[in-house]
Amino acid sequence: MIRKLAICSAALAAMTGSSALAQDISVKLGVLNDRSGIYADLSGEGSVVAARMAVEDFKAADKGMKVEIISADHQNKPDIGSNIARQWYDVDGVNAILDVPTSSVALAVADITNEKNGVLIDSGAGSTSLTREQCRPTTVHWTYDTAALATGTGAAMTKAGGKKWFFLTADYAFGHSLEENTARVVKDNGGEVVGQVNVPFPAQDFSSFLLQAQGSGADVIGLANAGGDTVNAIKQASEFGITQAGQKMAALLFFVTDVHALGAQTAQGLSLTEAFYWDQNDDTRTWSKRFMDIHGAQPTMVQAGVYSGTMAYLAAVEAVGSADDGKAVVAKMKEMEFNDPLFGTVTVRGDGRAIHDMYLFEVKSPDQSEGEWDLYNQISSITGEEAFLPMLDECDFTKQ
Amino acid sequence: MFELLGVPPQVLLGQLLLGLINGSFYAVLSLGLAVIFGLLNIINFAHGALYMAGAFVAWMLLHYLGIGYWPALFLAPLIVGAFGIVLERTMLSRLYHLDHLYGLLLTFGLALIIQGLFRNYYGISGLPYQIPDLLSGGHNLGFMFLPNYRAWVVAASVLVCFGTWFMIEKTRLGAYLRAATENPVLVGAFGVNVPLMIMLTYGFGVALAGFAGVLAAPIYSVNPTMGEQLIIVVFAVVVIGGMGSIMGAIVTGYMLGIIEGLTRVFYPEGSAVVIFVIMAIVLMIKPEGLFGRPA
Repeated sequence: MIRKLAICSAALAAMTGSSALAQDISVKLGVLNDRSGIYADLSGEGSVVAARMAVEDFKAADKGMKVEIISADHQNKPDIGSNIARQWYDVDGVNAILDVPTSSVALAVADITNEKNGVLIDSGAGSTSLTREQCRPTTVHWTYDTAALATGTGAAMTKAGGKKWFFLTADYAFGHSLEENTARVVKDNGGEVVGQVNVPFPAQDFSSFLLQAQGSGADVIGLANAGGDTVNAIKQASEFGITQAGQKMAALLFFVTDVHALGAQTAQGLSLTEAFYWDQNDDTRTWSKRFMDIHGAQPTMVQAGVYSGTMAYLAAVEAVGSADDGKAVVAKMKEMEFNDPLFGTVTVRGDGRAIHDMYLFEVKSPDQSEGEWDLYNQISSITGEEAFLPMLDECDFTKQ
Repeated sequence: MFELLGVPPQVLLGQLLLGLINGSFYAVLSLGLAVIFGLLNIINFAHGALYMAGAFVAWMLLHYLGIGYWPALFLAPLIVGAFGIVLERTMLSRLYHLDHLYGLLLTFGLALIIQGLFRNYYGISGLPYQIPDLLSGGHNLGFMFLPNYRAWVVAASVLVCFGTWFMIEKTRLGAYLRAATENPVLVGAFGVNVPLMIMLTYGFGVALAGFAGVLAAPIYSVNPTMGEQLIIVVFAVVVIGGMGSIMGAIVTGYMLGIIEGLTRVFYPEGSAVVIFVIMAIVLMIKPEGLFGRPA
C-alpha cells in the first residue's frame, strides 16, 4: 500500500515538474573544521564564508530551497569531531557536513555520516583513504589528496632534472604517507631517494636536519610536512644558503596562506601543487575579490573547494528533490557534471573522488610580485586523470 | 672515535655549532625564568607567551612604524618589559603571600589569553620578518655554512647572559636583590624600596624573554604558537640547572642545546624528548638540579 502510494506520488511529482517540488526542500549544512588551531587560516571561518557565498550564488532562495549553515570547531581531534557530527545528524537535523580538514577527523566523520545517511563533502583533508581503503557511498572528496600533491610536485620536479631526493618527514601518519606517495612518483619518473629523516612534530629548528639533507648531495629536498613546520624549514634553508647553492625545495603540502606568511623574498622559486589560485582567470579574480572583501584574506584552495563542493551538492539536492537521503544525493552527484567559476568542470567518480584539474605553481620573486598576495606563476596544469590515483574495485558502489 | 660513531667529523662539528645556537635561545629564556623564580619565587608560565610577544612587537614596529631590527632589539624588550611590570603591579603582586601554585595558575592563564589574542588578531600562519641586511649571508667554515645572523645570536646571547650574571652576582644592586629575597623585611628596614626592586626584576626577566623573541623573529616564523613549543623545554632546562640558579640556567641552556643537536644526528626521532630524559635522570640523582642548592 505504502509502496503504491510512493510510486503514485513520485509519478505526480514528475508530472508537476521539479520547480514545484523544490518549494519544499530544506537543507541544513554544517561546516566542521579547525577554527582555532594550525589549520584555522587555511580553512576556519573562511570556509564558512565560502559556503555562504555558494548558497547565495546558487540562488537557493529563488529556487524555493531553504538553506541554513551552521559551523563548529573540531579542534583537530577525532573524538570532538565525531561528537559534533553525531549531534548535528541526530539533534540538529544537518544533511551534509562540509570541509573537515585533518584526515583523522575526516575519516571518523565519514563513518558517522555513512551510518546516519548524511553527506560528507570533504575539502580540507588530504588522506587518500577517504576514497580508497575507507571509501563510503556518502563521502565525496573534493579538493585534493596527498597522491595528487605527490603527482604534481614530485613528477614535475623529477622530470625537470631533480633525480635525487632527500625527505624531511614529519614523524606522524600524515608525513609518512605523503613521503611514501611522493617517493613512489619520484621512482616512477626515473628518480631515486637518497635519504630521509623523521623530524619530531611539531618542530621549530630544522637546521640540523637541513644540514643532513645538504650533506646527502640530493638535488631536491622534499618537505613531507605542513603548516608552520614547512614555513620554518624553508625559511631556514634559505638562511643556510641551501637553496642558493642549487638544491631545490619541494613543499609537498603548502597553501597560499603559508606562502603569504613566508613572504615572496624567502619563498621565491618554490614549486607547489594546488587545485586553485585566486589569480588564475577573470572568474577566480572576481570571486576572490568578493571573498577578500568579506574575509580580509585571499581564499585558499580548501576554501574555494568548500564553495565549489557546496554548489555541486546543492545542484544534486535540487535534482533529487530532497536532501534527506544522503546516499541518493551522492549517487546523483556521481551522475552529474558540474561547472563553476573556481574549479571549472568537475565530475565525481564512483569512489567519491572529485576529478578536476590540478595546477603546478612556482612562487614569484619579489621583483615579479606586485602585491602581498601576488605570489604564484602557473607552470602547468595536470588533468584529473593524471593527478588522482585510479579507483579501487571495491569502491565501485554501483556494483554492490 | 668519529669513525666509530659512523658520522664524519665535519657533520659532528656542524651539529655541535647548531646546538650551541639553539642553546643560546634556551639560555636567554631560562635565565629570565631563573631570575624571576630566584628573586620573586614566581614560576612564570607566561614566559613563552612573552617571548612570542617580543617577536610580534618587533614585527609591529617594522610593519606599522617602519622601525627596523636594530632599534627593535632595544625597543621591543622595553615594551614587553613594561607590559610585564603592568602585569606584576596589577596581578602578581597580590599573590606573593600565597602558595606558588597560585602564581603558576595565574601566569598559565595569562599565557593562554595573550596567545589567544594574538591568534585571533593575526591568525595562525605567522608573519614574515626578514634578517637585517647587515647580517644576511654567511661564511663557509669548511665543515658547515654558518649564517652571519646565527653567529650574531650566539654573540648577543653570551653578552646578555654574562651581563645579567655579573649584575646579579657581582654588583651592589645584585647584592641588594639577593638579600631582599632572603629577608625582604630586614632589607626594607635598611631603606631599600623592596616592592620597587621586585617590580623591576620581574620587568627585567620579562624583557629578557622579549629580547629572545626579537632574536628569534628573523629565523623562526613570527607565530602565536612559537612560545608554546619552547616554554616546556625551557622549564626543563631551568629544572635541570637548579630552580633559581642563574649560573645553572645559563650553563644548562647551552649544554642541552648541544646535546639536543647531537641527538638529531644519531637518533632524530628522539631529539624532542632527550631533554626530558636528562631531566628525569638529573632529578633522580640530584633532585635540587645540577647547580641548585640543597633545600
